[in-house]
Amino acid sequence: MEIPYTISTRPDTGLWNAKIGIWLFLASEVMLFGGLFSAYIFLRIDAAPGMWPHGLLNVPVGTMNTAILILSSVTVVLAWASLKMRRYRAYWWYMLATISCGVIFLTVKLAYEWPQKFEHFGAYIKPEALGKYEKYLGNERRVEKGLEPRIEITGHLHSQNSKEYEVALDPVNAEPDNPAMDRPHFFPLPVTDKIATIEKEDVLRATMFLPTHNTYFASYFTITGLHGMHVLGGVLVFIYMWLPVSKRLYQRNPEHLANRVEVSGLFWHFVDLVWIFVFPLFYLL
Amino acid sequence: MDASTSVETHHEPHEHDAAHEHHELGWWRKYIFSTDHKVIGIQYGLCGLVFLFFGFCLMMMMRWQLAYPGQAMPVIGKWLPYIFGADSMPDGKMTADFYNSLGAMHGTIMIFLGVVPLAFAAFGNFVVPLQIGAPDMTFPKVNAASFWAFAVGGVIMLVSFFVPGGAAKGGWTSYTPLAAFDDTGPGRNVVFNGQTLWLIGFIFLITSSLLGAVNFITTIIQLRAKGLTWMRLPFFVWAQFVTAFLLLLAFPPLEAAIIMQIMDRVAHTSFFLPAGLVVNGAPVSISGGGSPLLWQHLFWFLGHPEVYVLILPAFGIVAEILANNSRKPLWGYKSLVFSVLVIGFLSFIVWAHHMWLTGMGSAVSAFFQTTTLLISIPSVIILSAFFISLWGGSIRFTVPMLFATAFLPMFGIGGLTGIPLAFNSADLYLHDTYYIIAHFHYIVAPGTIFGLFAGVYYWFPKATGRKMNDFWGKVHFWPTLICMNVIFLPMFLQGMAGMHRRWYDGGQGWTVSNDHTIWGLTGFQWNHPISWAAWIMGLAQIPFIINFFWSIWRGEKVNDNPWEATTLEWTAPSPPPHGNFVHIPVAYRGPYEYSLPGSERDYTMQNEPVEPAERTRRKPPAEPVLV
Repeated sequence: MEIPYTISTRPDTGLWNAKIGIWLFLASEVMLFGGLFSAYIFLRIDAAPGMWPHGLLNVPVGTMNTAILILSSVTVVLAWASLKMRRYRAYWWYMLATISCGVIFLTVKLAYEWPQKFEHFGAYIKPEALGKYEKYLGNERRVEKGLEPRIEITGHLHSQNSKEYEVALDPVNAEPDNPAMDRPHFFPLPVTDKIATIEKEDVLRATMFLPTHNTYFASYFTITGLHGMHVLGGVLVFIYMWLPVSKRLYQRNPEHLANRVEVSGLFWHFVDLVWIFVFPLFYLL
Repeated sequence: MDASTSVETHHEPHEHDAAHEHHELGWWRKYIFSTDHKVIGIQYGLCGLVFLFFGFCLMMMMRWQLAYPGQAMPVIGKWLPYIFGADSMPDGKMTADFYNSLGAMHGTIMIFLGVVPLAFAAFGNFVVPLQIGAPDMTFPKVNAASFWAFAVGGVIMLVSFFVPGGAAKGGWTSYTPLAAFDDTGPGRNVVFNGQTLWLIGFIFLITSSLLGAVNFITTIIQLRAKGLTWMRLPFFVWAQFVTAFLLLLAFPPLEAAIIMQIMDRVAHTSFFLPAGLVVNGAPVSISGGGSPLLWQHLFWFLGHPEVYVLILPAFGIVAEILANNSRKPLWGYKSLVFSVLVIGFLSFIVWAHHMWLTGMGSAVSAFFQTTTLLISIPSVIILSAFFISLWGGSIRFTVPMLFATAFLPMFGIGGLTGIPLAFNSADLYLHDTYYIIAHFHYIVAPGTIFGLFAGVYYWFPKATGRKMNDFWGKVHFWPTLICMNVIFLPMFLQGMAGMHRRWYDGGQGWTVSNDHTIWGLTGFQWNHPISWAAWIMGLAQIPFIINFFWSIWRGEKVNDNPWEATTLEWTAPSPPPHGNFVHIPVAYRGPYEYSLPGSERDYTMQNEPVEPAERTRRKPPAEPVLV
């Protein structure tokens, strides 16, 4: 028994089966990430003043990762086009480039960006103690200028004992009254050597930048984590199509392999598109 | 070529004879790990029926506690502690926690493991490819994956009864922040606890319905037989088509919410947890800043379309059976099709009518009130078209027809009692009372489940080549119909009297302050007839179970089209072989050509070509053309 239209198109719809299937699947994926992005909007609108951080992510690295993903979307189209022209050698190289881009993206995310966050420390100050840490927060000036108050001190945790934290401050807390600190920087400023002592009884909550730290990081890790799993899934599928097992399919029926590359390429573009939303929402806005 | 590779490569353009491939399959590949849509449909169907009965058993246990709160359960009471653990039923008396588990799991199992698998996956899988003249689904392996994802999800849900603390207790809606702290703390595993397993099980169920939905829609678009244009599709196919879209698009936001609730429970984030939460008298160490309302929005974004996932396949089944047994075309086919499409669309923008009590604000409420009332219009069109279809028909009261006709008033009661709930002023009073329970059960229990029973009796001959016994079918039908009404009608009264739906003591304590009687019984005392009717209805399912299995092997043998129906599935042999049709069918006409004027028989099948003589009978003489 054969299922019709697995490779050839049905005349009245002009489509083969998997192409409809993948678009439906992507519609479902849009709703999945749509649910998460609407959660982001909900949480951000609801966030108390000062609770939604800005400028904590590494924008140049994020930009580079964005460029890598876009590049991989181009190479996967070229891979597909090569198959359509029956140039397997070129296909093989373009596919390798696509896979490499995916792997680089994941490595940067998991081996560099996430661990950097896990080493970064933040302490939310209790409302009644905010005045005590005015020299790190600069709220008098911010209130005057109509800016959102700062309620968190961030940096690297130098040491701690049962009573207090010693924190090597981020520039934003080292020079809180510097107008240059009112806006996030494109190139991240390194942690200063200025050490602040924060008493634990003044602290509302202090953790590394983990999902538990605040709803911003909770959304960041959840959404980039789920996105990363999609990238991983795409890479695994591409590896399968790049291995010799797929060459045998190519020799039997090149159009079939081209169709497979087309639908997985559509998925890959979608994963890329999700990142195009993730990047501004978390890195820039 | 051995069996496994022939299956792997059957989509390749090979020259071998595809028709006899299935003979080479071993027993496991043929009946268990099958990729044949009919086998998968039957697997889904049997699992769905078992889960329906299991979910009903949970409810029969709860009905004891509601009618006789705090008393030891007779007969099975002393065995239950050995099954569910000594903490759940000490001395045969149900604990409050166990009662909550039963309630949450009754809802979850009935909806996601019982009705959806049966209505959508089982009937959809078995019937849709046959009705559209297709050899199978477009993606047979994906189809099998869908079933196995469902099976894993079901097993996880069942396993959750046996972990320390028992199954999920937060209701089928799992509202946060309550659900985020259920089953946590000392003695509870981080992952292997009721609520977390509920969430993980759901991920599998969502995966299953995603794979199913993609497959159904693609199959209906791509594999329709030659000549089977969109407006010649049986209404059942349309209903499944819209249902598949609902599942495809409504489930993922719940999956997003479930991922976030898992994060809240396992990674201690605060997606759904506001700042300053105090649990068991102690402040919890969380960042806060989350929103409990967010869960409700995401949950009901699935939850409401889900209601239509439950009812639309039943509409489809009932439509087929009404046309077949009234021996006349379905009245208003086009309005039915457009109504079902409109319902599909509107069902995505009514969800917040489950949330009137949350204080969303009057502008939001006004919007959702309007859309909720709008969606009743296509529903009424469908129900009216069904009633009108009966008018002037020569009705055959077969067993499927009994269930299908009973569906109409039952669904009508369920639908009409929903209208007061659409207005937030009325709902403020009725919210979370037994009125709600009665309302939605009238839609899904005597509504959808009657539709499903009708479908089982109707398509049983196609699946087995044998008919289910008529007499025992009627013995099943009448007590079930009566008991359903004895169960759910008094609940309207209880609800309007103010009884809350989640009371563990069945309202006994509340009766102390409110001894107002309804027809001689207090709200609490009404639990007695309701519970007895529930148990009698349990007994009334025994004829069905025996009839079902007996008929598989011993039922009366029938021909390929025992109901003298018109749609394409009845042109296939019963049971259909692998690949379904002996000759690939071609459709020449609409799906419900019953009692065609001038025709010898009172039914004309879709694959019967239109004779020239018939063409002149059907159409008025053409206007003379002026050259």
